[in-house]
This record gives sequence, C-alpha cells and structure tokens, in this order.
Amino acid sequence: MEVPILKQGAYLIASIQSALTDADLLQLRDGLVEKVGRFRSRGVIVDVTALDVMDSFASRMLRDIAHMIRLRGAETVIVGFQPEVAFAMVQLGLTLEGVATALDLEEGLAFLDQKLKGTERGQGSRG
Amino acid sequence: MDKGRVGDETRVPIGSDVDILTARQRGRAIASELGFPNSSLVLIATAISELARNIVLYAKQGEIVLGRIEQDGRQGIQVTARDDGPGIPDVGLAMQSGYSTSGSLGLGLPGVRRLMDEFEIVSRAGKGTTVMATKWKR
Repeated sequence: MEVPILKQGAYLIASIQSALTDADLLQLRDGLVEKVGRFRSRGVIVDVTALDVMDSFASRMLRDIAHMIRLRGAETVIVGFQPEVAFAMVQLGLTLEGVATALDLEEGLAFLDQKLKGTERGQGSRG
Repeated sequence: MDKGRVGDETRVPIGSDVDILTARQRGRAIASELGFPNSSLVLIATAISELARNIVLYAKQGEIVLGRIEQDGRQGIQVTARDDGPGIPDVGLAMQSGYSTSGSLGLGLPGVRRLMDEFEIVSRAGKGTTVMATKWKR
C-alpha cells in the first residue's frame, strides 16, 4: 500500500498506515526524496506508529531516507517506534545510528522546529 | 529433543517481497491464537521476516512452514525456513554478527537466534538451507 505524503508548511509528513512491502518502502524513499525538492521542504517526518515489524530491510530504508534527505538539504525525524518494535530492533542490532527519532508526531514537529530555528522556512512553519 | 507437533502446519511459499509480508502475518496470527503476548508476537513476526528475507535474497525460492508444538506441557510456535538455494559454505561464519555476503546489514541469522528461544540451522554449499526456530509461550 502506498504511503501518503502530506505537505505541512515547510515539512513533509509520511504517515505509514499498514505493513509495507519492500516495493512500498522503495516507493516511499523515492517519493520523499523527489518531493523534498519539488516543495522545497526543510524537514521530513516519517511516522511508523502503525508498523508492528521493523526488519533489517525496513530499517535500512529508513536510514537511507534520512541520509538521502540530508543530502538534499533537509532534516528527517522518524517518530512512533512502539516499545516492542524497539526491543526487537535492538535484538537484531538495528540501532538506526545517525538518524533522528522522536516519541510521536508532536515531538517530531517540535524537533524540526528547534533544528530549523532561525532559518527562514523553519520559523512559523506550522502556522 | 522430542517436540510434539499439534494440528496442521501452515506452508507459505516464498519467492518475492510480498510473500515475506504474508509469512510474517500468518505467523503472527498463529502465535496470537496460541495466546502469545503482543511483545512476543512482534519478535516472532520480525524473526519470520528476516528468515523469509534471507530466502528471497540468497535462494530466490523457498518456503516458511509454521507449526504449533507442545513439549512438557508448554506450547510454542515453530518456524521452519527451507530453501534449495546455494547454501551457506561456512555456517559458523554466517552466525557471526556483522557477516553478510549480500550487501545487507548482515545481522539476520544471529539476530533471529536472539529473537527466538531455540535455533537450529542446517546448510551445505549447493544443498540449500533449513533454519528451525522455536518460541515458547511463558
């Protein structure tokens, strides 16, 4: 199932609604990387609250998304890892080092606002 | 070790990324019927996902077999991942964290062993691979 990508001010929000195939994840990656340019976005939030499994491939895709978005000049934050999912990821050694995470969507928005404070597009982006 | 198999096995043919999803959803459903807590369902589904992924990555085709087992009054789920792929020339090496030949993170098999309670692997170069992993209900 394709992940909807919403534009919210200077940010893009991808809210994963159900389990994703590898192809869905690749599509999400490519969609975000393209839209960051099209909308000149400064921040990206990927909400994984609905995901009950984060395996090595999904984890690598999130890392790739964060790094590619940074190369495009924007910041990414992954939000909503459930406790059980976090435990399974640690057991698998999937620590997502170098990728920003936040508890939920609200914290993710606060993180981006803080990170982009002082930049023209970061300020008042939610207004 | 003698483990009693209870009821029918569920076989999920694995040949693409969509099958990985199917296998872990079936496994989760079976474990849920067995009464595993949610935290264990996540671990079991994640382990199945990694095992199915190994099949797609290394062997292209194979199957995941899911079964209920019983031993000494305990109930559990047994996940068997089977393929006739190229096999693993050095199982000991493959079980070391960080080892991979596919350019993936290479944490698959040792990670699966950590997620489950019991783990066995039989593989020979050219003869395919069978992984059997069990999770017991506590």
